[in-house]
Amino acid sequence: MEVLFYIAAAVTLLATVRVITHVHAVHALLYLVVALIALALIFYLLGAQFAAALEIIIYGGAIMVLFIFVVMLLGPLAAEQEKSWLTPGTWVGPSVLALVLLGEVGYLIAAGDHLPIDFMETREKGVSIILYGPYVIGVELASMLLLPGLIGAYHLGRRVPKESR
Amino acid sequence: MLTTHALVLAIMLFCLGLVGLLSRRNILYMLLSLEIMLNAASLAFIAGGARWGQADGEVMFLFILTLAAAEVSVALGIVLQLSYRFQTLDADAFSEMKG
Repeated sequence: MEVLFYIAAAVTLLATVRVITHVHAVHALLYLVVALIALALIFYLLGAQFAAALEIIIYGGAIMVLFIFVVMLLGPLAAEQEKSWLTPGTWVGPSVLALVLLGEVGYLIAAGDHLPIDFMETREKGVSIILYGPYVIGVELASMLLLPGLIGAYHLGRRVPKESR
Repeated sequence: MLTTHALVLAIMLFCLGLVGLLSRRNILYMLLSLEIMLNAASLAFIAGGARWGQADGEVMFLFILTLAAAEVSVALGIVLQLSYRFQTLDADAFSEMKG
């Protein structure tokens, strides 16, 4: 368990350093996805299975797709630029880091060294009970945050006509 | 022991995000650095919840996730507007308010 944690932590740090030092946005996003998946593995090793699943689905899926859409909208994607982005050298680094993580997951599945099921169940049940119990005001505040976020994103995302600038 | 090292990792990730936020001038990278810092904060909450065996850390992770989703959608809209109006993503170019 500890060794897996340290390997995943090293992968996270390496990928994060590559994110903040990279020049091309698409490459930085590739490394950020790897960092998020490594972080999800760390969450799993810390016993937070539900948080690990959410980290992959929402962070690694939804939010990264938003980023990639915006990067694609920003620059005119000429063919030669796409070719320079998709050379084999660019995805070797993220692929190696992701393969390390895949090896860790395979080891976890093969070893069967999981937390007992009943412990996992009570922890997840505790999350939902406490979320709609003492923290229900936080759920209300989150809904009040998401609706202005939706309206604001719709308003800001429009392309303004030239004469009204 | 594992949770202590997870907290150390959270501190290192937060510092990396802060360095990226302060050193990069491309507004998209500043946004990515903000995401890294939010992730470090949620890792600290998860580690705290695992240390005491309570579910509060994961509840705070859910709230941070909601906050990040709302923040990213609005901030990416702002990035699109800035690129339409100024034709650049350099944060130093957005100085019309003379702040």
